[in-house]
Amino acid sequence: MTNAIPQILPKSGFPRLIEALRAHHYRIVGPVVRDGALHWDEIAGVEDLPIGWQDTQQPGQYRLERTETTTWFGIVHGPDSIKRLTFVPREPLLTIERKAKKVTVTPQMPEPTPTALLGVRACDVAGLLVHDRIFLQGRYADPYYQVRRDALLVIAVNCTRAHKTCFCASMGTGPRAQSGYDLALTEFEDEFLVSVGSEKGREIIELLELPSASPAYQRQEQERIDACAASQVRGLQEQHRLPQGLYEVHEHPRWETVAHRCLACANCTMVCPTCFCHTVEDHPDLSHTRNERVRLWDSCFTPQHGMIHGKNFRPTIADRYRMWLTHKLASWIDQFGVSGCVGCGRCLTWCPVGIDLTEELHALMRENVDQATP
Amino acid sequence: MKAVKTSIPGTRQPRRPRLAVAKFASCDGCQLTLLNLEDELLAVGDALEVTYFPEASSRMRGGPYDIALVEGSISMPEHARQLAELRKQARVLITIGACATAGGIQALRNWADLESYKRAVYPTPAYIQSLRTSTPISEHVSVDFELWGCPIDKQQLLRVLTDVLAGVQPFLPAHSVCLDCKRQGHPCVLVAKGLPCLGPVTRTGCGAICPGMGRDCYGCFGPVEGASPGPGIPPNTASLSDHFSSQFHLIPVELVRRFRGINGYLRPFREESHAWESSNKDSDAHR
Repeated sequence: MTNAIPQILPKSGFPRLIEALRAHHYRIVGPVVRDGALHWDEIAGVEDLPIGWQDTQQPGQYRLERTETTTWFGIVHGPDSIKRLTFVPREPLLTIERKAKKVTVTPQMPEPTPTALLGVRACDVAGLLVHDRIFLQGRYADPYYQVRRDALLVIAVNCTRAHKTCFCASMGTGPRAQSGYDLALTEFEDEFLVSVGSEKGREIIELLELPSASPAYQRQEQERIDACAASQVRGLQEQHRLPQGLYEVHEHPRWETVAHRCLACANCTMVCPTCFCHTVEDHPDLSHTRNERVRLWDSCFTPQHGMIHGKNFRPTIADRYRMWLTHKLASWIDQFGVSGCVGCGRCLTWCPVGIDLTEELHALMRENVDQATP
Repeated sequence: MKAVKTSIPGTRQPRRPRLAVAKFASCDGCQLTLLNLEDELLAVGDALEVTYFPEASSRMRGGPYDIALVEGSISMPEHARQLAELRKQARVLITIGACATAGGIQALRNWADLESYKRAVYPTPAYIQSLRTSTPISEHVSVDFELWGCPIDKQQLLRVLTDVLAGVQPFLPAHSVCLDCKRQGHPCVLVAKGLPCLGPVTRTGCGAICPGMGRDCYGCFGPVEGASPGPGIPPNTASLSDHFSSQFHLIPVELVRRFRGINGYLRPFREESHAWESSNKDSDAHR
């Protein structure tokens, strides 16, 4: 399906795509500018898109600006990956009620509206596929994730512009969406190239009866995406030495060095498209007759996360940073068969003090090579 | 945590646990948080017998109390004696708010000359009976649980009462405000606006009100992970203030003020303000 010839959707014809999505009963959620950052929100039409806006990102800094361009998807991304829609920050799981001596447990299953998610970047599509491995594979699929995931139609946008914290090219996840999307768009000045990635996507696009793109057009698309990859200034070049390489530097002094900067504030894990740590809290009422059990985003940087039997076995920031990086880049591979990093760069941008994951890995692994050399 | 399940003496008939709400040097705002539990107030009254609560009722009865909520810092000579007596009367003693838990904004005088303050404010300073320092309750008596914030959060208060009534260790998270901002989808004012937000080193509890309104957190819930973290344990105030200095160009006196606020007397914030105060003196000396 993904090998099918892409089609040309003029920007002037974009409302027809929106109509087709509506005809399939999707609400449309897309990128929206609010309070100086990009967010996912329901859009009424093209006019809600951040047309002409661009982002600049570097470690610890994010700024949006309006430009002279008329690019629709000029902002690469905001703090939120699409996990906000599938692995939601606060998921009520069940309620427990006690009347007389009878205890009733009622699951609280979400009933999400079918949602077409417009403008998903390749890194976020890759992140979604990582979450699918975590939540849906094996003996115990997560029903809450499952119903939210099933309600999604993913319309990716291939990147033709990278910022300083992007490194998807080195992770093999972008700038072109690889798989896991229903439709993928590449933006040109006056039109989009549309690729079909699933049967659901094909059903939508067939309604529009679009012309196919010429081979020259397709080459031009590839050149733009390749240029985006080439413009990326960061990468995880040590990827091929993982997971083992990181296990060998467990006692490296660099963990203490980075702990002097790390705030253990958990921002990196909140913005990460793949971090899935959560806590389950009981919220009882004062009379102890009704209890709501909720799942909340948690992080390996919180004090509760390492708490076992009243004692924290990861008390220091160095312990926690090592836990996070080693899991993300190394033991994740053992656990789920894929890296926990998709190269979106959010953990660099949204770290309040701008800690750079790629730089930390270089430091840990480079010095390890030096040590190993006689 | 000691259970507060109670019964009427000589019977197995349960009686409501007796609640006392007392205050020392404070503005009464945290006590008002209890009264502001409008939707839950009747349930609180059903669950607890309000025995001593001058803010709410002039009918004040003596101890012993099953639960004492204590607001305010120890600021006058008689406070310490009153507190010691209250501690004897209370099975479970819970501090409510920044004054009781950290010394409060009035602990700014701990860095100043009390006599000059008295002379500046009062026509007859000799009448003023005041201790040289304002200190948290935990410096004077043992405390069973501390509620943070200026003022405290009513849901946190309700949670602690619920847990104490059930006889379990009260559950309150101790992570940073950042987690709340991200869960709620607030854009980071530090990264996206360049504001010197204390959220990364500040304890959760407020619901991220200030960043949610586009303002920088000023740390009213105190240092994340409490007053006495060990070495290498959050809050990492040094890293955050270095960032404010090098990237946002805050000068030392601004950094001193950033950390010397409502919870400024607690060790992590106190030591950070001291570090920038001495660096300020160093730079003065260079000039």
